[in-house]
Amino acid sequence: MNNRIEIKKLTKHYETFFLDDVSFKVPKGYITGFIGPNGSGKTTTIKSILSLIHQYKGTILYNGQDICGENKSYVEDIGIVMDSTFLAKDWTIKNVERAMSVGYSNWDQHQFEDYLKVFEIDQTLKVKELSRGMNTKLMLAIAFSHQAKTLILDEPTSGLDPIIRDEFREILQAYVEDEEHTVLFSTHITQDLEAIADYIVFIQGGKIYFTGSVDDFLNRYVIVKAGLDEADTIEASAIIGSRQYHTRFEAMILREDLPKISDHWIVEKPTIDQIMVFHKRGNN
Amino acid sequence: MKILISNHSSIPLYEQIKNAMREAILSGDLKEDEKLPSIRAMAKELKVAILTVKKAYDALEAEGYLVSRQGLGSFVAPKNLELEREERQKELEAHLIKAVSIARQFDVSKTEMFELLDYIYESENNEQ
Repeated sequence: MNNRIEIKKLTKHYETFFLDDVSFKVPKGYITGFIGPNGSGKTTTIKSILSLIHQYKGTILYNGQDICGENKSYVEDIGIVMDSTFLAKDWTIKNVERAMSVGYSNWDQHQFEDYLKVFEIDQTLKVKELSRGMNTKLMLAIAFSHQAKTLILDEPTSGLDPIIRDEFREILQAYVEDEEHTVLFSTHITQDLEAIADYIVFIQGGKIYFTGSVDDFLNRYVIVKAGLDEADTIEASAIIGSRQYHTRFEAMILREDLPKISDHWIVEKPTIDQIMVFHKRGNN
Repeated sequence: MKILISNHSSIPLYEQIKNAMREAILSGDLKEDEKLPSIRAMAKELKVAILTVKKAYDALEAEGYLVSRQGLGSFVAPKNLELEREERQKELEAHLIKAVSIARQFDVSKTEMFELLDYIYESENNEQ
């Protein structure tokens, strides 16, 4: 079994928004980045994986098993870290510990206390007294203390300073080092992914635009630039997204379409951010 | 082993890692049959994706610098003098090509280049 999670043709309709035939895999032992603009369906997809949403078409497999059955024990195998805490604000860390020991059959109190020490979380504090970074670390400590084989992170690093984000990346790299632990990491801070993610799932408007390795994702596109007088020498069908400024024309095309461009255009490798922006922008 | 990589270089990360490791092997910093860090440990160490390091290791293996043993990890391949010579020759050629292109730029003739080369060899001999 090489895929921890496999999503096949997930389709879900809301009044203002839908997931349309979403399919992707989360390979075991790697960090997979889940990217897309706000409202593109990331959180809905994650909620479906966690069985927090039930009514949908399609199949979700966890370790090869369909999750739609009665038995939801697979959820205990997943640690969740979100941008806001799911813990009651007035709880002390002690209360948190007690609640988790009831909630998780694999709960390891000693391990939790060890992680609190490693992460320098003061046990006497209440949840609401913790900083954002501390809250994120508390959620990580919880995930690691119930032996979660999979971490699902939903915007965990938004609002965190660069130092804590760096520490966070190191924790994730150590987590997947054993080839067993797996991370699905949804974020807008794509530098984090460019640094450590192995695979990318790119969703926009409820549709999957790309799944594959980060390298392939970044090598798939190029950004080309030229003067406005040359903007129309490139065929419109080759342009994924473009923008005209007063001084220049910029477009993103597939690398394989490079021969369609005249030699003296400036060609650049895009960042993940640029790929998202040009996709959203389209060709006007 | 020294591995310095730059996120701002135009050379892909995996190639930078590959080059640094090859250099460590050719210079003898990494010894024949020495066990290398696992791909995952190296990824953590360098703060890059696992697949990036894997690509570097795979390329080094394809070029004969590494051997991977099932379940044991990656090791420095037995010294291959021919490979090493070839590698150094490539390096030498690259430098010479550069020298020739500078010579052309400033209208230095082929004969003058040979004279220069002779001069360099001579002065080195005298120093020894």
